[in-house]
Amino acid sequence: MMDGLDDTADILNDDVRKPGRSETVDLTDNSLMVDISDALSEKDKVKFTVHTKTTLPEFQKPEFLVVRQHEEFVWLHDRFEENEDYAGYIIPPAPPRPDFDASREKLQKLGEGEGTMTKEEFNKMKQELEAEYLATFKKTVAMHEVFLCRLANHPVFRNDHNFRVFLEYDQDLCVRGKNKMEVIGGLMKSLTKTTDEFLLSATVKDVNDFFEQEKNFLIDYHNHLKDATAKADRMTKRHKDVADCYIKISTGLVQLSTIDNSDLEKFLTKVAETFEKARKIEGRVASDEDLKLSDTLRYYMRDSFAAKRLLYRRLRCLVNYENANRNLEKARAKNKDVHAAELAQQQACEKFEQMSDKGKEELMDFKTRRVAAFRKNLVDLAELELKHAKAQVQLFKNCLASLRDE
Amino acid sequence: MADGREPPPLFEVDIDKQDDAEDLFSSAVEDQVGLDGNELPNAFDNVSTSPKLYLQESPSVENLPSEVSAPVVKTSSLEEMEKEREDQFLDVSVTEWQKVGEGMGAYVAYKIVTYTNMPLFHNRNFTVMRRFSDFLGLHDKLSEKYLRTGRIIPPAPEKSVVGMTKIKMSNQAEQGSSADFVEKRRASLERYLNRTASHPVLKVDPDFREFLEADMELPKATNTSALSGAGMMRFLNKVGETVNKITYKMEESDPWFEEKTQQVENLDIQLRKLHASVETLVLHRKELAMFTAAFARSAATLSNCEEHTSLSRALAQLAEVEDKVETLHNDQANADFSVLCELLKDYVALIGAIKEVFHERVKIYQNWQHSQQMLNKKRELKAKLELSGKAEKGSLAGMEVIEWEAKVERCQEEFDNITKMIKKEMERFEVNRVKDFKSIIIQYLENLMTQQQQLIKYWEAFLPEAKAIA
Repeated sequence: MMDGLDDTADILNDDVRKPGRSETVDLTDNSLMVDISDALSEKDKVKFTVHTKTTLPEFQKPEFLVVRQHEEFVWLHDRFEENEDYAGYIIPPAPPRPDFDASREKLQKLGEGEGTMTKEEFNKMKQELEAEYLATFKKTVAMHEVFLCRLANHPVFRNDHNFRVFLEYDQDLCVRGKNKMEVIGGLMKSLTKTTDEFLLSATVKDVNDFFEQEKNFLIDYHNHLKDATAKADRMTKRHKDVADCYIKISTGLVQLSTIDNSDLEKFLTKVAETFEKARKIEGRVASDEDLKLSDTLRYYMRDSFAAKRLLYRRLRCLVNYENANRNLEKARAKNKDVHAAELAQQQACEKFEQMSDKGKEELMDFKTRRVAAFRKNLVDLAELELKHAKAQVQLFKNCLASLRDE
Repeated sequence: MADGREPPPLFEVDIDKQDDAEDLFSSAVEDQVGLDGNELPNAFDNVSTSPKLYLQESPSVENLPSEVSAPVVKTSSLEEMEKEREDQFLDVSVTEWQKVGEGMGAYVAYKIVTYTNMPLFHNRNFTVMRRFSDFLGLHDKLSEKYLRTGRIIPPAPEKSVVGMTKIKMSNQAEQGSSADFVEKRRASLERYLNRTASHPVLKVDPDFREFLEADMELPKATNTSALSGAGMMRFLNKVGETVNKITYKMEESDPWFEEKTQQVENLDIQLRKLHASVETLVLHRKELAMFTAAFARSAATLSNCEEHTSLSRALAQLAEVEDKVETLHNDQANADFSVLCELLKDYVALIGAIKEVFHERVKIYQNWQHSQQMLNKKRELKAKLELSGKAEKGSLAGMEVIEWEAKVERCQEEFDNITKMIKKEMERFEVNRVKDFKSIIIQYLENLMTQQQQLIKYWEAFLPEAKAIA
């Protein structure tokens, strides 16, 4: 499980360091390195220790630490989303909220059922659950780290003022969790935004074919990714359940063997051992599928959503541009405020063209990143599945050979 | 095989008579509970009152000794016979089933095919159609005859109201889940017949033979139906027995039995637990198969949408792989069930049969103790009468004493015999259990291994596709 998790962080980091931006000159740019050096799980909250190492003069110190919580990461993401200057970029998606509910529930259920199982079985299951909890924990750390790294490696984002504050300011950012009103307000806003988006998609036909195509593609793609992620999640979860069943069976076989005083005793003990080992392998298959398949799908689902946001921002820009054009015509007709209108139109035009250029670059980059990530992960997935299947075949072969020898 | 002994009357009669129907009928009803030295129930020897009757009424202890015929004594000739029979085979299979009739009266008829070289049968291979109640009827008859002597009677598959209703209610079109149920039942009926056919005594029983080869419909075993009058009687009897089991505590003087009873109890608990765990595994694996299929479809849709050609192709391949994996999971779940789960269920039921036979012994012990008490009372009475000088009554009492002395002797003999028989049967059970478990578990592991090997093939085919993404 260890290798799998570390790989994820690497993969996603790889994407970030990929060339394709004309502005990035030096690939091995170490001028701003960010990582999460530590994390603490406290009741409901996870506290991440963000560690920064930098050679940039804008920072006060060359190396420093701050403690941040999930909400502060979300705050940072929202600041980028809102910033007009970044309208032409794909904003890296915010990391998902740390969710230990499932693990906690399972742990609780286990505690309740303690009386019905043997001590060994209980310990085994507890170990399994603790490993699961640890894995979830590592994952959430990796996701938060990836988010920061993408920002740190982006030539434009890394200079953002809010980003610097996030990294440096050693006090609490006072980003309290949204209270009820804000949450509802946020919901309303996102609702209207979506209808906006639909409207935009419907009424404003894009001049540029490329963007029109991309828009249609991304809407579909995002939805399918969402579906695929959900289905992959269900599948891997059930796979884990199958693996866990083996624990009970193994225990049952051990118990049968202890009350048996015939040949079966040794036989059953061997089989029980085999089941235990098979269980570990199956468990690893499930978690590798989760990492390589589900997580990749999930990440690109979020990334494709971010790409969609870019497109909609651009479309709004187009609407502004068209409005400016209309205003200019009206002004010219009335011969009033023509200069102001000309200026406005020019600005809108510039902005729009900038956005289109940048946007195209970003979208091409998105495609490259996506294809590369899928390739790496699918190859990894296949290799891991093969490795585990071969291990199981070997396990069963050995077991059968030794059973037949009896 | 017939060399060493004189042909029992059964043989000649069978060969001569063309119309066996009537005789078989009589053998089924009036056959003996006990067996003579040949271990072959002689249908025409003893025409005492039907044992069936006494089992269905509350067994009155006083009647008991007269109904029990000559107890079983294992002679050396018997052991010879059992060895001689090793080259004989009796292969029974339940090959297919078909629904007969429509609506409430509908039922399923199972086709039973037998291959044998045993001389007791008329042919070397033959086929009959039987319905589920026939199987239950067979089990009942065998129980009546042999349980009392200490044989472990293989239990018949359980009834299922839900399953039967499905059969009755389903029309030709919706065969689906009812077909599933019948298929499972067919498999368990086959296992039941094979267990019975591998028992050295049961396999030659005339009722069993009739069941396998009589080319006619068996009289409907109405007393197996849950709602019949006989069914009610059986239910009441069962309640009575259960109360008995709880209240009567036998003083066990035989350490073997003490140990074995405990072992059987432990085995029961552990097997049930293991069975439950395997059932859960089957359930989860079936769900895994379902979810894998859903994911495969989702991946296929994604592949259609994907604009990058080689990625799209890889995703399509992924969808195909997952589809195949789904089939694998389903097959494995079915194997989990039919190989492992059913084995465990059968053994839980067998343990039930063992407990029954142990309980028979307890009942016999009870009778013996009761007879002993009666004997003591009669002796006291006789002594009293003699002392008080009533010679006539005294001699009457004396006769009663002699009667009860005989009864006590018979009871003790019965008890000793059932004790011996149970020990023998348990030996046989243990040998079979070890054999069964070993072979089934090995089969299951081979299954798991094959599944993994298939997985290797599928992923190996996929890997180059993934690498080909440009």
